[in-house]
Amino acid sequence: MFRFLAQTLINGINIGALYGLAALGLSLIFGVMRILNVAHGEFLMIGGFIGFWLFHLYGVDPFMGLPMVGFFLFIMGIAFYKLIFSRLTRFHEEVKLKNSLLIAFGLYLIFPQIAMLLWTPDERAISPKYSGEAIDLFGLRFGYVPFWGLCVAVVTFLALYLFLNKTYFGKSLRGTAESWKAAKLSGINIERTFMITFGVGISIAGIAGVLIGMVQELTPIMGMPWTLKALIVVVLAGMGSIIGAFIAGLILGIVEAVSAIFMGPYTIAVGLFIFLIILMLRPQGLFGKT
Amino acid sequence: MLAQWKKSFIFGGFLALLVLLPLLTSRSDILTWTCLTFQYILLSQSWNILGGYAGQVNLGHAAFFGIGALTTRYVWLWGFPLPLALLLGSLIATVFAFFIGLPAFRLRGIYFVIGTLVLAEILRIIVDTRFPVASVLPAETLLTYSLVSRYYLSLLGAILAVFTVYFISHSRLGLGMRAIREDEDAAKTSGVGILQYKLSAFLISTFLAGFAGGIFAYYMVAVQPGYVFSPAWTFDSVVIVFVGGIGTIVGPIFGSVFFVILKQWLSLHLPGGLHLAVFGILFILVVLYIPDGFIELVRRFTKG
Repeated sequence: MFRFLAQTLINGINIGALYGLAALGLSLIFGVMRILNVAHGEFLMIGGFIGFWLFHLYGVDPFMGLPMVGFFLFIMGIAFYKLIFSRLTRFHEEVKLKNSLLIAFGLYLIFPQIAMLLWTPDERAISPKYSGEAIDLFGLRFGYVPFWGLCVAVVTFLALYLFLNKTYFGKSLRGTAESWKAAKLSGINIERTFMITFGVGISIAGIAGVLIGMVQELTPIMGMPWTLKALIVVVLAGMGSIIGAFIAGLILGIVEAVSAIFMGPYTIAVGLFIFLIILMLRPQGLFGKT
Repeated sequence: MLAQWKKSFIFGGFLALLVLLPLLTSRSDILTWTCLTFQYILLSQSWNILGGYAGQVNLGHAAFFGIGALTTRYVWLWGFPLPLALLLGSLIATVFAFFIGLPAFRLRGIYFVIGTLVLAEILRIIVDTRFPVASVLPAETLLTYSLVSRYYLSLLGAILAVFTVYFISHSRLGLGMRAIREDEDAAKTSGVGILQYKLSAFLISTFLAGFAGGIFAYYMVAVQPGYVFSPAWTFDSVVIVFVGGIGTIVGPIFGSVFFVILKQWLSLHLPGGLHLAVFGILFILVVLYIPDGFIELVRRFTKG
């Protein structure tokens, strides 16, 4: 029994780290730009499929391919920012939020269709030779891929945390998040800050997509479920909280893993339900400031 | 500007034409398309009441459409008369909305939007798991299946929706709703009961959405219960309302006609679901460049 629970906990942590990673970009973009990108899961899906392409067409190891996917998605994020989202910055705060949501929602209509053309509606998976391997420790199973996935997630979180808190550019980014008007008055190039934030956020989504593709299936319609996952985590954590997103991701992963034992197919609904309750009682999130 | 009597004359003539249409033609494609257009008018107007007039973006509209559809379908197939089934479907959607609305309207702006989106998703997952088998009309009903009765029912629904929106926009309720849309705090300070107005808008909106679902349940020969909860229903209404013109009476009507025609035309010429991508692009362009919808373009154009 103890072993069973411990294994459930490990599985929960493994998947929870991915939830956190999936939410990280969304949280960053929202925190700095006040743009709610409900097409976040779509970018995650694209990242996953590009990882799939790199692996299947060119034999690139998925973990080695992560920087490539990240870079590609970064460029893609910048392109989408320049093309669409930059036009939103001129709107008033509340209108901007609503319009960003509507636009992302338009993207949500577009992306799955394009993905179906490119990759067909079939379920895909990134399955390198070592994907089934695991280490047995104290009678518990530590999967090779989930373990490295967890490591990548932790490294990404730390990297972003250090980037935001220890570099000069990170400082300007935090300044913009506090108040873009004040930041602009202090001579920060807002346009460039927004552009890079969006690029970084999307690129993290892409990395999450590849890791997800290694433990679950990739489909063109996976975007919305993952957007919802990311939203749950972000709201749990409090909008814009970086470390909070990681912890909230772990919490969601563990809760889901445990409730899967009792709830079976309703597991996803459980996560969403918890989310609604948190939203009602503590809209600023578990780790957010009032 | 047209004189009032001229307007009513054109409107009446157009309505008469629509009423007589099944007598004039028996081409089932024309009837199906107009039938679908009516259903979209009903559904998009129902979204428009809350989204356009009260300014509360509800991305979980499919939930209420779905509840209406599911209830009506099963009650009707159990042998209840259709009008009763339709009424029951709409009422259950409204009752559900009442219990959701009380806590949901504690959420403002963006949180309301996310909350409704998640709510619809929860319902979809539950229904998909509980009712995995498609509901097909029994053979005896299929034998007497007539498109014409579906046509008139849909027409009735569309007219009901348009008149509801008309009365709301000319009433104190509509005034309060618009005040909330423009500035919630200012409305509150001027004595508008925020929760009461939002909730009224929500209940009317969901009643009509449930009714739309009921008509759809009566219209469809075979339907997967999870499908009526699919986010596509929300998205179609949102796209129609925005493309047509949000917060107007004519906008969603225009949007529905445009939507159905373009959708049919595109699905003939484009593979798979690519028409959705086209709508997505169109939607983004409208939000960015003509936030008041096509109706605004027409207005600008006619005024010179």
